[in-house]
Amino acid sequence: MNWLAWKMLTGDTAKYLGIVFGVAFGSLLIAQQSSIFVGLMRRTASVMLDISEPDVWVMDLAAKNVDEIRPMPDSRLYEVRGVPGVAWAVRLFKGQVRVRQDDGSFRQAILLGLDDASLVGAPRTLVMGNLSDIRRPDAVFVDKAGYQLLFGNVPLELGRTLEMNDRRAVITGICEAHAPFQTFPVIYTRYSQATQFVPSERNLLSYILAKPQDGVSPQELASRIDAETNLKALTSDEFFWFNIKYYLENTGIPVNFGITVALGFIVGAAIAGQTFYLFTIENLKQFGSLKAMGVSNLRIVGMILLQAVLVGLMGYGLGIGMSVTFFEVTNASGMADLRGIYVPWQVMLITAVAVGFIVIVASLLSIRKVLVLEPAVVFK
Amino acid sequence: MSSLFQAADSRQTGETAVVCRGVTKEFGHGETKVHALRGIDVDIPTGELTLLVGPSGCGKTTLISIIAGLLDPTAGDVTLLGQSRKHLRGSKLIQFRAENIGFVFQQYNLLPALTAAENVAVPLLIAGEGRAKAVARAAEVLDQVGLGDKVNARPSQLSGGQQQRVAIARALVHSPRLLVCDEPTAALDAHSGRRVMQLLRDTTVQPGRAVIVVTHDSRVYEFGDRIVSVSDGRIQDIQVRGAAPLSAVAE
Repeated sequence: MNWLAWKMLTGDTAKYLGIVFGVAFGSLLIAQQSSIFVGLMRRTASVMLDISEPDVWVMDLAAKNVDEIRPMPDSRLYEVRGVPGVAWAVRLFKGQVRVRQDDGSFRQAILLGLDDASLVGAPRTLVMGNLSDIRRPDAVFVDKAGYQLLFGNVPLELGRTLEMNDRRAVITGICEAHAPFQTFPVIYTRYSQATQFVPSERNLLSYILAKPQDGVSPQELASRIDAETNLKALTSDEFFWFNIKYYLENTGIPVNFGITVALGFIVGAAIAGQTFYLFTIENLKQFGSLKAMGVSNLRIVGMILLQAVLVGLMGYGLGIGMSVTFFEVTNASGMADLRGIYVPWQVMLITAVAVGFIVIVASLLSIRKVLVLEPAVVFK
Repeated sequence: MSSLFQAADSRQTGETAVVCRGVTKEFGHGETKVHALRGIDVDIPTGELTLLVGPSGCGKTTLISIIAGLLDPTAGDVTLLGQSRKHLRGSKLIQFRAENIGFVFQQYNLLPALTAAENVAVPLLIAGEGRAKAVARAAEVLDQVGLGDKVNARPSQLSGGQQQRVAIARALVHSPRLLVCDEPTAALDAHSGRRVMQLLRDTTVQPGRAVIVVTHDSRVYEFGDRIVSVSDGRIQDIQVRGAAPLSAVAE
């Protein structure tokens, strides 16, 4: 009977493809928009993805998110180092600077100033140059996408110069970095160099990055630093979600994407549901004949559910496939807007649940019609 | 009515496939209540082709729906192949229908997505037989009804008469003991209708099997062994081919 269900489903090619593409379209919209939303949210915390060595991030109590912080005096670093359980603690500068290029044009960039001695937070993957080159005078590393934003689609080249705060910077390395929320270049330098590249302020220390000693959990260390220094100390994970929570609560991003995802769900459900329902209605006589010939309601329900599962699987596979392909193409083409965005497994799972809901509801509407069908209707 | 047929008693001795006693069927309630059948008493024997005739709305389709187990009577008893309908309920009734009854519908009701052989194989698939074996058996039966060269044709590629022959093959493939045909020639022209009735006559009627054909087409009377006339929900007359004259039907 499974084979019969399959043949009945695929017998009407137009309707069958209509249902599959309806589900595929819904899957594509849900998966793609959810992935872009997730990708954008991850971008808000891109610095945490790039700087993975510390387990604890320490900042001023007034910090709202990774970009909105109140700089701390340097003495705070020594306070944190004095907290029991700290294996090491180093400074990090993070801010935005205005970069002037050789041709006179300006662009905003994200500047990261790494601890001079340890270089904690240095980029993991260098496309050109060596890590030690960052110690050279006026040296900066630029992320590869940022290099293209600054100089266009030209071959990568070391030695180019930039100007920040009337100070010359020399590109001694090109690296990979996670795409930031704003489409800005990411510039790495030493902390001492960074303080030269930004306008002078009384305090410039953005973050203190810390690692617990063996036997001390990051959570425990964060609590101790909280208690002893009156600073905000969060584990990397906590800081990641702290940042995302800010953007979820204070921007229109979740509403905007939520609406699009909901529309995708509704459109997919409407197309699949209506077409599936029509398909069953048009086959009502056939279902009635099968009932007359001795197929029980349970088997009929099984047949319809099997048809729903099959179109669901095909439509889901097609939709997810199109989403994945879309992001593969955008990543390969180097589109800055969508760089680094992909379809996470969680989005695939949520999309599968949504598609499952769509096809089950669509089939239930049809099943009801068949269940109440009197077999004697075949004699009319 | 053809002179070949003579009046018969409504009660029949010998092997009987279907026995109806006081079968009544009502639809609706109150002022809109419809009395489709009003106390039907009839016996349908095996080894014969019984025609149920009457004008539209007389209750013949309702009667065969009850006989075939597709509808429950409001009152009365039906004994089907030795088993009372009162004991055939739910899954037991469905199983009974699948094993013992074959159906030929007015509009054929073939599955358009299946080939002729696959359509014929459906009752065997319902019984749980493997697809390859079922289709092979179906091809044999198709050959018996003269469509051996059409096993892979889809219903849309067949004429009305051919589709009805496929439907007849489907009704026979699982060797049912009762064949129920609802207006099998209604959708066919006269020539095709005669061919289908001849096929029914030649291939379906055999000892141990009862064949009931509902029709309002008097041209098919010559193919029946027994004619049961229904009017206004009652049996009006029963005529048997070639039998000795008998008294009129008892009320």
